[in-house]
Amino acid sequence: MNTKVTIAGVEFKNPVMTASGTFGSGMEYGEFVDLNKLGAVVTKGVANVPWPGNPTPRVAEVYGGMLNAIGLQNPGIDVFIERDIPFLKQYDTKIIVNVCGKTVEDYVEVVERLGDTDIDMMEINVSCPNVKEGAIAFGQKKEALYDVTKEIKKHAKQPIIMKLSPNVTDITEMAKAAEAAGADAISLINTITGMKIDIHRRAFAIANKTGGMSGPAIKPVAVRMVYQAANAVNIPVIGMGGISNAEDAIEFILAGATAISVGAMNFVNPYVTEEIVTGIEAYMDRYGVKDIKELIGAVK
Amino acid sequence: MKEKVTARVISQTEIANNIFDMWIETGLAKEAHPGQFIGVYPKNKSTILPRPISICEVNEEKTALRIVYRIAGQGTTEFSGYHAGDSVEILGILGNGFPLEEGRGKKVFLMGGGIGVPPILQLAKELDAEKKILVGYRDSNLFLKEDLDKYAKVYVATEDGSVGTKGNVMDAIRENALEADVIFACGPMPMLRAIKKYAEEKNIPAYISLEEHMACGVGACLGCVVKTKEIDHHSHVHNARICTDGPVFEAKEVEI
Repeated sequence: MNTKVTIAGVEFKNPVMTASGTFGSGMEYGEFVDLNKLGAVVTKGVANVPWPGNPTPRVAEVYGGMLNAIGLQNPGIDVFIERDIPFLKQYDTKIIVNVCGKTVEDYVEVVERLGDTDIDMMEINVSCPNVKEGAIAFGQKKEALYDVTKEIKKHAKQPIIMKLSPNVTDITEMAKAAEAAGADAISLINTITGMKIDIHRRAFAIANKTGGMSGPAIKPVAVRMVYQAANAVNIPVIGMGGISNAEDAIEFILAGATAISVGAMNFVNPYVTEEIVTGIEAYMDRYGVKDIKELIGAVK
Repeated sequence: MKEKVTARVISQTEIANNIFDMWIETGLAKEAHPGQFIGVYPKNKSTILPRPISICEVNEEKTALRIVYRIAGQGTTEFSGYHAGDSVEILGILGNGFPLEEGRGKKVFLMGGGIGVPPILQLAKELDAEKKILVGYRDSNLFLKEDLDKYAKVYVATEDGSVGTKGNVMDAIRENALEADVIFACGPMPMLRAIKKYAEEKNIPAYISLEEHMACGVGACLGCVVKTKEIDHHSHVHNARICTDGPVFEAKEVEI
């Protein structure tokens, strides 16, 4: 049985990754799962300088999911290179560093710094709905997405994944713009912008007013967008959005994802990533699938 | 080592209006310290996140945990319907407890307000010091008072004045002319702010347990932060994680 998948020349032992922002740099969940078992750890977004993030409350539960507006709190690239990369290098898993920025120059600075490090890929966050500058501003207009992708590609030593926002009219246009600008892969979906009002306090549940929705409730939207994007481009797609178990992961793969990421469900079941690896193998065994590549985009 | 486990409810009773007292049999009890907490998962899958609930007491054999919680929403409403023998999914042990060594042998106030009273019980049991317990409630709907009586003199304050001092725990300090070298506290934010101010005026350390909306409970999501005086060790931005760097902080270290 072969569970290996390849994205932009990087081979992953299996298609199971962590979704940026839900797994830190693996230190916290390393207590629950064997990081060696995962295809890749996708880190929390890192910027050129430390970002303090948003005021609290930053999280709220909604039906079948949650809203968050963390605001990309992160220690900046210096601490990240010194602490987080060496931590992850102890494990036999691939390292994908999520990069965030307020301006094109910010992204480029981080991408260049990472160029000299021993990481496998970068995921460019142009889709965080919770910061005022940068991020989603690049991810909602195809021209802006094209330009930022093109510029980053000029400076990137490792392959880049553009992480797309679902908060757009036509996901295929965004996917095509990223591909045309030279992205090596795309990942989707980031969270869906949402809002919750506490009717007893008559106040927003989250200090930022809006937050990004994740969790099982968004899965059908994510599967649809992964399917559309995968059918619009020839570069690999990493699918995510509400994945709770191996069945969900298989669904994304059948829709066209080469790999999948698990996000909010880590909070619900801290063992979920490792369980999905095992569950995918069980599915392949049950249906006599010899190579996981047979499943990618198998439902047309 | 943190774990998510299936535990068993030993007993549950409503000890005051909307306040429930549940004993849970779990091996996690071996590692529990006063001031730490567990995440309790509702079974209803539309409510996905663990509910952070403080540890009120650990039994002698360290085979069971007691949690005392108030019904605050859907999750806790579900928990309140559990009976002896029911299973319950918990994540623990989470957070750092109260630093007992900072109080040992000293004159200590153990202060709890409202649903911040429960963690004071295990603290009162374990802390070897000259203890005075100050607890504040809204009204005569007291809870855990008799349990606390076993470990030290208990001073009660009620907002409506129906029991003890009329007002809050700070009023109880004044009314009884009490003094301490160290404070340990858990309660609502206005109470913790008053304690922080009092401790600064008296130039004594206060260790306060904070609360915030949490998602993961293990330090990964950065949802539950508090502004800190010094740069935090995780993100280097003056935002410590309440779930893992706390929930107990020295009052002078946090901006609340």
